[in-house]
Amino acid sequence: MNGPLLDVRDLHVEFRTRRGSVKAVEGLSYQVRAGEIVALVGESGCGKSVSSLALMGLLARPAGRITKGEILFDGVDLARLPESEMRKRRGRDIAMIFQEPMTSLNPVLSIGLQLSEPLMQHRGMTSVQARERATELLTLVGMTDPERRLDQYPHQLSGGMRQRVMIAMGLACDPKLLIADEPTTALDVTIQAQILELLTELSRKLNLAVILITHNLGIVARYADRVNVMYAARQAEGGAAERVFTNPSHPYTRGLLAAVPRLDRPRAAQLATIEGAPPNLVNPPAGCRFAPRCTHRTEVCEADPVLFEVEPDHLVRCWHSNVAKTPPEQNALSEPSAAKPALPIVKAEALTKHYAVRSGGVFSRMNGVVRAVDGVSFEILAGETLGLVGESGSGKSTIGRLLAGLEEPTDGHFSIELDGANDPAARRRAVQVIFQDPTTALNPRMLVGDIISEPLRVHKLARGKGDIDARVASLLESVGLRAEMAERYPHELSGGQRQRVGIARALALEPRFIVCDEAVSALDVSIQGQIVNLLDNLQQRLGLTYLFIAHDLAVVRHIADRVAVLYLGRLMELGPRDEVFANPSHPYTRALLDAVPVPDPVVERNRGSRTLKGEIPSPLKPPPGCVFHTRCPIAKEACKQSVPPLRETIPGRFVACLEA
Amino acid sequence: MLGFLARRLLLAIPTLLGVAVITFLILRVLPGDIVEVKLRADGGTVTQEMVQNERVRLGLDKPVVSQFADWMRGLATFDLGNSMWTGRPVTQEIGIRLALSAQLAVMATIVALLLAVPLGTLSALARGTWIDGAIRLFTVAGLAVPSFWLGMLIIMGLLAFNAMPPLVFKPFFDDPWSNLRQLFWPALAIGYRYAAVVARMIRSSIIDVMGEDFIRTARAKGLPERVVVGRHGLRNAMLPSITVIGLEFAFLFGGLAVTEQVFNLNGIGKLFVQAVTQRDFVLIQTIVMMSATIFVIMNLIVDLLYAALDPRLRVR
Amino acid sequence: MMADLHPLRAFAKSQPLGAAALAFLVLFLLLAIFAERIAPYDPLEVDFAAMLSAPTREHWFGTDAFGRDIFSRLIYGARTALGIGILASGIGCSLGSIIGVASAYFGGRVDLIVQRLVDMMLAFPIVVLALVVAASLGRMPVLGIDLNLVVAIAIPIVPKVARVVRSAALGVRAMAYIDAARTAGFSDSRIVMRHMIPNVMGPVLVLATAYVAQAILLESALSFLGLGVTEPTPAWGLMLAGNATDFYREAPWVVIFPGLAVTLVVLAFNTLGDALRDYLDPKLET
Repeated sequence: MNGPLLDVRDLHVEFRTRRGSVKAVEGLSYQVRAGEIVALVGESGCGKSVSSLALMGLLARPAGRITKGEILFDGVDLARLPESEMRKRRGRDIAMIFQEPMTSLNPVLSIGLQLSEPLMQHRGMTSVQARERATELLTLVGMTDPERRLDQYPHQLSGGMRQRVMIAMGLACDPKLLIADEPTTALDVTIQAQILELLTELSRKLNLAVILITHNLGIVARYADRVNVMYAARQAEGGAAERVFTNPSHPYTRGLLAAVPRLDRPRAAQLATIEGAPPNLVNPPAGCRFAPRCTHRTEVCEADPVLFEVEPDHLVRCWHSNVAKTPPEQNALSEPSAAKPALPIVKAEALTKHYAVRSGGVFSRMNGVVRAVDGVSFEILAGETLGLVGESGSGKSTIGRLLAGLEEPTDGHFSIELDGANDPAARRRAVQVIFQDPTTALNPRMLVGDIISEPLRVHKLARGKGDIDARVASLLESVGLRAEMAERYPHELSGGQRQRVGIARALALEPRFIVCDEAVSALDVSIQGQIVNLLDNLQQRLGLTYLFIAHDLAVVRHIADRVAVLYLGRLMELGPRDEVFANPSHPYTRALLDAVPVPDPVVERNRGSRTLKGEIPSPLKPPPGCVFHTRCPIAKEACKQSVPPLRETIPGRFVACLEA
Repeated sequence: MLGFLARRLLLAIPTLLGVAVITFLILRVLPGDIVEVKLRADGGTVTQEMVQNERVRLGLDKPVVSQFADWMRGLATFDLGNSMWTGRPVTQEIGIRLALSAQLAVMATIVALLLAVPLGTLSALARGTWIDGAIRLFTVAGLAVPSFWLGMLIIMGLLAFNAMPPLVFKPFFDDPWSNLRQLFWPALAIGYRYAAVVARMIRSSIIDVMGEDFIRTARAKGLPERVVVGRHGLRNAMLPSITVIGLEFAFLFGGLAVTEQVFNLNGIGKLFVQAVTQRDFVLIQTIVMMSATIFVIMNLIVDLLYAALDPRLRVR
Repeated sequence: MMADLHPLRAFAKSQPLGAAALAFLVLFLLLAIFAERIAPYDPLEVDFAAMLSAPTREHWFGTDAFGRDIFSRLIYGARTALGIGILASGIGCSLGSIIGVASAYFGGRVDLIVQRLVDMMLAFPIVVLALVVAASLGRMPVLGIDLNLVVAIAIPIVPKVARVVRSAALGVRAMAYIDAARTAGFSDSRIVMRHMIPNVMGPVLVLATAYVAQAILLESALSFLGLGVTEPTPAWGLMLAGNATDFYREAPWVVIFPGLAVTLVVLAFNTLGDALRDYLDPKLET
């Protein structure tokens, strides 16, 4: 039998809310065959997760319901199945794993019990039989020492291991379809690679169909056979992954592909962006949903576009799919990255921050020291951007907080050279921060105008209402917002607009040096590009110096002049951006770069699976010697004994590795 | 485990010591003492000399610090002193009333839990329906009705239906049936508020827990709703509720004070009110220390239960 | 004024029950304030001719053993109950909030010491503490309200509020906008006053409403035990004390109306508190 395992036809999902009815999914159709990996890709709120919860019959009741369409699974329409029948299929025929491995497992039940539940429910196994099968499952998902794991509780496992447990739980009853909803979004990039490689391998081995929901185009390109791009509750484009990526035909798909900075292409001067923001689904615009943001918009777009077949196995919902096909051009940057004349503005020497932690349970206290930053030295040159990359526990944010004066170093010191600014207040003003989460970065009880003008008033940089209002208006304008925004409250703004307000507030004090602490990580791809470009423009216009902290290597490569790679509070490698990315010296840098998938299936086919093994050790107990030796592919005996010093291999390039 | 208990008990010492100091200071520094109240109650003219003699007899003429030292020394040797009013040892005064109050407290707790657990759970699971509305009304009323008034209404009802239990108190082991009939109604009067507080907590924690990600996981496994709620929901929702149950138990004392008055039961609560009215310092400070100790012990029990239910608090 | 009405209207729209409770309380407050004008009789006027009169057209809620008009006594009792309740809750919550915010903001040793003190205060059962204080302090009436009783009722509120506010303040302190204020070089006092306090006011408002209810309950219990408001001041709890219990059969109105008054007012405050909590908690918005 060669028919599809899953055939979703014209699916419509609605949510009733206080503000009205939200059409979360409208007319979604796609098919999934056995053994195939199908990706649903799109930005937050596009309906990709909701549509999969609808497949599982797990829509929040009574607010959410399927209003139209069929979900044919093995010939049975799930959309019309009574709950009792649907329940028999959940966990047996279709399984699902979720984004947050930290909260998706029950904290008070043992791993063994949670794994046994579907087996005892659907297979009628006894607890002894289920336990035996659970052991097999843990081995299948690559967990060591499965017998012991069964008696552990979720809090004793790392995020990556919990996601493995979730996968094992999903596979317990040999389902035909596994839905993975952003399974690696909460995980570090090296762990992400491990989990996705595991999913792919299992799909092949067990002939398992997988629906992979993600916002990350690189993941789609590397792992998916087929892809459906969703925008504002509708399917924008769909088909074989290779065709969609080589011949993206919807302006939105093309925009997304252009907006993502890429590791495999020359660096562009500016990221292409999609202006504007996705529409509100309570009151969506008539006609093509993307039209308000589309550069190819014409009158015909006022009518709803249908799905066109641009080539076999490649559908697009756009009136202009065959006309508007300028390839996503990113004009390469000719300017060499180290062209700026350079005096160090920030000098950090053996910077160290340790936190004393008291944790543990009722019966005993565990006292320990988190070595968040451990003897890190670097300089930041005037007018440059230093990118700081690393996974969780690397200490990158702590370094930012130290330089911003939000924390005191435990040891070592840093200096910020500012000619002409010597009194403490002026020095304080010269260093500002842009924060990760635009929602918590703005005081919810203050108007935007007050948020931006408060520093002006406190430091008496502007006097009188007229002067202050004029300054606020010009600051808003410089971050691309209209002056009327001053009268709004933060919750009335979108995420991207809030981040712009945060930037305007930082600029109000006319700083020289700005710490961008994961400043674009919480934003959707199309918004992220806008903010990155804004930061870039501001730097050139105002001569700012940035410390750009991020875990996304491609973004760092786009914006940074030099890059510092951190691991467990230590500096692994530091050098000019192009050299580090083209020719990484440290095995950790290499592993990081290998773990990042690029949004091009052709490139990805040719890359082997080179995942870094193991987990990131706890910063409470960093390994002796080189902190990376537990996961390093080239570690020697000596690496376990001595801490490698940071040495300059060629002028301007620093590496902390005995073998490099 | 033993180490934990020992440490917690050690930690309780400064807390209890603090309570002792504050109680002592309030009693000695604030105006009014037993001598005047007592002598005036005896009638006749009160001379300065009589007051002075009585103060000397009760040890109230000594400096405050040495009075405190005497009390502490007594506590350490389990000699809690004599009631300033009756002259009998306070241990004896309390001892004869303790059984009654303890039984009342336990019965109130049982009544409260029997009402609160099913009502709270039902209310959470039927959220937004008329059942939920009715239960919420019942519980919010429980927070509002003064327990002494509820007691009075109960008595009025019992009188109206000629169902008043015998007035002379019978200890449980003498006549269990009559004892239970006597104490059920005051237990209900105290337990209603207790039930309301606990039921509201159970409702809100179940609603919180049912919104957690792991509940979705449990549903995605195809478990029947009964198991999802029972095994995954309730167990997690128990945790915050246990704290409330424990703390409210420690606070039952307030309910005892008024309810024993209404039902004319000779228990610790009534004794305490009497001691306060008469300024019987020795009795007051002993009962305050007793109730603070109960509070500390309840806290300890709550922590132990927490650890038993939540593996995150156990240490490997 | 128009700007002030707007949030009220929004509140009434999303929490009709809470708005009803608020309206009911405003009515009681007006009764309390204008008691002299509204009450048909002097609450202290003894009329042996009308002893224990059942509710009639002359005496809506009947009379007590001294022939005093129960309706009038209830109205004057509202003054005592609301006065003491609102004052005690206000004092307790203000002090508790200041202690809680300071404890969270300064952290470290200050926090540790404050927490120990709070724990210690919590180890006193509320009623016990209030009983002792009320009995010892004596009376200090100001405008018909016994301030010492207010203090006795307010003290137990302080540690409870301090604890809740501290944890709310710790949450606010972890917000990035506090970091932003610090990098902008604002003073500690500005950060506390402008950025922290406004953002912990929500829970404090909810607590304050709930504690008015508790304070009224506690006042009525203390008065009932003879340790709170004393004769001849009209107070609901006091109306139930003493010989009120002698008239269970003959004059149930003596028992029913004062208790009903306490219950309804406390119910209204609790309902208002619940509604405020739901209104201010964005989590519950769907």
